[in-house]
Amino acid sequence: MIKQIQHVYRQLFEFVNKGKNPYFFSIGLIVVGSLAVYSSPQSIPGFLLFLFAASSIYWLKMNRAIQLALAVFVAVILIPILGARNVFYLEVIFQIAVFSALALGLNIVVGFSGLLNFGYMAFYAVGAYLWGFFGSQQPYLLHSTVTTVTKGVPFFMAPDWWYLFIFIGVIIAAIAGLILGLPVLRVRGDYLAIITLAFGETIRQLANNLDKPWNFTNGPQGITPIQRPTMPGGVLTMFNNVFGGIVGHPITVNQAYNILFYIVALLVVISVIIVTYRLDDSKVGRAWTAVREDELSAGAMGINANKLKLGAFFVGASFAGAMGVLFAASRTFVSPETFTFLQSVGVLTMVILGGLGSITGVIVGATLVTLLNIQVLQSFSLYLGQLRQSDAAFLGFHWKNLSNQIDPAKYQRLIFGIVLVIMMIYRPSGILPAARRQRELKGAGEGEGDEAKGAERG
Amino acid sequence: MKKIMGAGPLREIVMPIFQMAIFVVGAGVLCSVIMMILAVLCRGSGADHLLQSTQGVGIFTYTVSNLPQVLIDGMTIGFVYAAIALGYTMVYGVLQFINFAHSEIFAIGAFAGVESLIALNTAGKLAGVGAMGTYTYFGLALLIGMAAAGGMAVFVERVAYRPLRNSPKLVPLISAIGVSFALQDIIRLTESLTTGQFFRVIPTFGNFDNRIPLFSFSGKPIEITVKSFVVIVIAVAMLVALNYLVKATKVGKAIRAVSQDQNTAALMGIGVNGIISLCFLVGGALGGAAGVLWGLKFTRIDPFVGFVPGIKAFAAAVLGGIGNLTGALLGGIVLGMIESFAGAYLGIFTQGAFGAEYKDMLAYLILILVIIFRPHGLLGENIGQKA
Repeated sequence: MIKQIQHVYRQLFEFVNKGKNPYFFSIGLIVVGSLAVYSSPQSIPGFLLFLFAASSIYWLKMNRAIQLALAVFVAVILIPILGARNVFYLEVIFQIAVFSALALGLNIVVGFSGLLNFGYMAFYAVGAYLWGFFGSQQPYLLHSTVTTVTKGVPFFMAPDWWYLFIFIGVIIAAIAGLILGLPVLRVRGDYLAIITLAFGETIRQLANNLDKPWNFTNGPQGITPIQRPTMPGGVLTMFNNVFGGIVGHPITVNQAYNILFYIVALLVVISVIIVTYRLDDSKVGRAWTAVREDELSAGAMGINANKLKLGAFFVGASFAGAMGVLFAASRTFVSPETFTFLQSVGVLTMVILGGLGSITGVIVGATLVTLLNIQVLQSFSLYLGQLRQSDAAFLGFHWKNLSNQIDPAKYQRLIFGIVLVIMMIYRPSGILPAARRQRELKGAGEGEGDEAKGAERG
Repeated sequence: MKKIMGAGPLREIVMPIFQMAIFVVGAGVLCSVIMMILAVLCRGSGADHLLQSTQGVGIFTYTVSNLPQVLIDGMTIGFVYAAIALGYTMVYGVLQFINFAHSEIFAIGAFAGVESLIALNTAGKLAGVGAMGTYTYFGLALLIGMAAAGGMAVFVERVAYRPLRNSPKLVPLISAIGVSFALQDIIRLTESLTTGQFFRVIPTFGNFDNRIPLFSFSGKPIEITVKSFVVIVIAVAMLVALNYLVKATKVGKAIRAVSQDQNTAALMGIGVNGIISLCFLVGGALGGAAGVLWGLKFTRIDPFVGFVPGIKAFAAAVLGGIGNLTGALLGGIVLGMIESFAGAYLGIFTQGAFGAEYKDMLAYLILILVIIFRPHGLLGENIGQKA
């Protein structure tokens, strides 16, 4: 059965990639997807079709230059226009970008160098609180108690410092990564995982409790308002003049900000992807793999394992720092609730679902989990809510009798948990395994190689 | 006579009680002395003046007069941590694997026990019940909690860990995290479907809230609530029973054999899978009992109740030396004491700048420091670098 499906799939793939076919398919898909999203901005299938179309640029075999041009067109022109028509999609894509960057950062630590990290959100928190503190009135409120009344207090910095703080966030988070990384000099494996968990929780507790003796974080209330960078003058009117006709309505300042943050997030993700890609292909990447597979042998080959592991923490954390700064400005609000253990495990789920060490896989994982989280589950909840209102019955069961407590959007933990267990048992290398890892596992003679192979067969 | 009774079995009952007494006294005395030295050093500081003006006592007098109560609290919570920590340590002993889902096993025990007490209450059995009935019903709830938690632990092992037994070490750990998350939501879902809310409160019954006056100390009566007393007695009894099981019975010998070398143990005719299941059963049952005791002491439980005590108990197990039963006891007691002292004195000594809210963080810090600087714990032998 599976063999047949694979066969059909392979034939389809060959047909689609024959001659000039990929160009027609890709452009056709993009046109159809855009039309679907444009004409019915609320439809989820339309949005999924659009995402599929956008990803087809990557999957299909085309000329590199044309691929690039298409990707730029979709990312810079199509998505902002469609996003302005329905801001929710832009938000979804923004979140996908944020979580892709986070997952790629975690992938360096977990996937490339094999160090399990349960406290990854801590670095995100470091970045977010960095701009949350300096980009708000908080420095002037150091000596006051927890407050939400901030009228009349000036802001500490001009809002455009934000662009610089993205880089500062990278550095500060990377330093935090180094500090957390120090235990790797002494411990390994599961002990290290538990240390990172404790570290992540410590950072969250600090964010929660540092409202005394000096009010750094405003406690559980969180810091608000946080400044956004100034919108360059004329951009709004220009966008409305050029695209207003297509969008159908003039966009507001907030929508313009959504587009701005989307563009910046995109830039960050692209640089993260480039960095990850180059690292994976470099001497450092191979050394990480060597250390992951067998530290002793790697050491015998002259690899300084400690330095490399610290480096993995350093690089991985830096991505999260940049995204944290971005996140704080885009939400104009940070609170400890965003950086829970649940979120750390959520990012880990993305990496593991997609495929440890596989860049494409991790991005796919981040996309799937984010879509599941903020779109599929939400709309499923809404749908159940509508069913409850209606008089419909299914197999003699009246939907209005369904308990109000069944609300899929609130059961992320269940889904993350089950995904983790199932992936570990049946496909530990993820849905799109890294090419190198696949090669290693196929060539491995016994022990863990056999396990993984067996898992792949099953 | 020696063949039948032996020096062994009796010793295995007396020794752990003796050990526990030493641990409690030692940790208590050590913490008290450190605290008193700190108090002496802080005389004349801002904290001292603040206390003088608000309560009319110096900081040293304040510290000393509060000591007995703090010690009793520390001991109570310490024994609960020890009972949870034993679950981690038993599994680690045989599999070298951190059973992260143990904190949810604890929560399941708590829910099963509290739910059965609530059921008894709605059936009208608990109202105006005598002392005999109180403890019978509580014992029943304890057994139900233990059975539910132990059963769940065995089930989880069978479904989520056994297929991964020969995988690289991090694979079962990730699976355990997954189980832990899934179980939290399963508890929440079941509770909210059946009762409409996801936290439960233990019914008040019997004489659990009464206070037993112990003695009078510098003019203050020192008391212990009945429930704290019950918690201590039950925890000690369980710890002794476990120690007896592992060190003085045939099954215990099998457990120790499996923890030393699974393959050789299998060659000697020991059913390794059965022994591993048994470890999960016993560890889970202990965790479940600790959950019921937790419910009794703190009255309110929710599906996430296990997370923080779980991490703390793990910290305790590591502190004592993971894989070492006595170590788990010591770690639990020490951690309970430290936490109780921090909760009582941190706010006073820092004039409210850092309060009791930092006591969770303290456990994490201890965990981090112990793992970095003494990964084999206070009592464990050097486990070396296990990747």
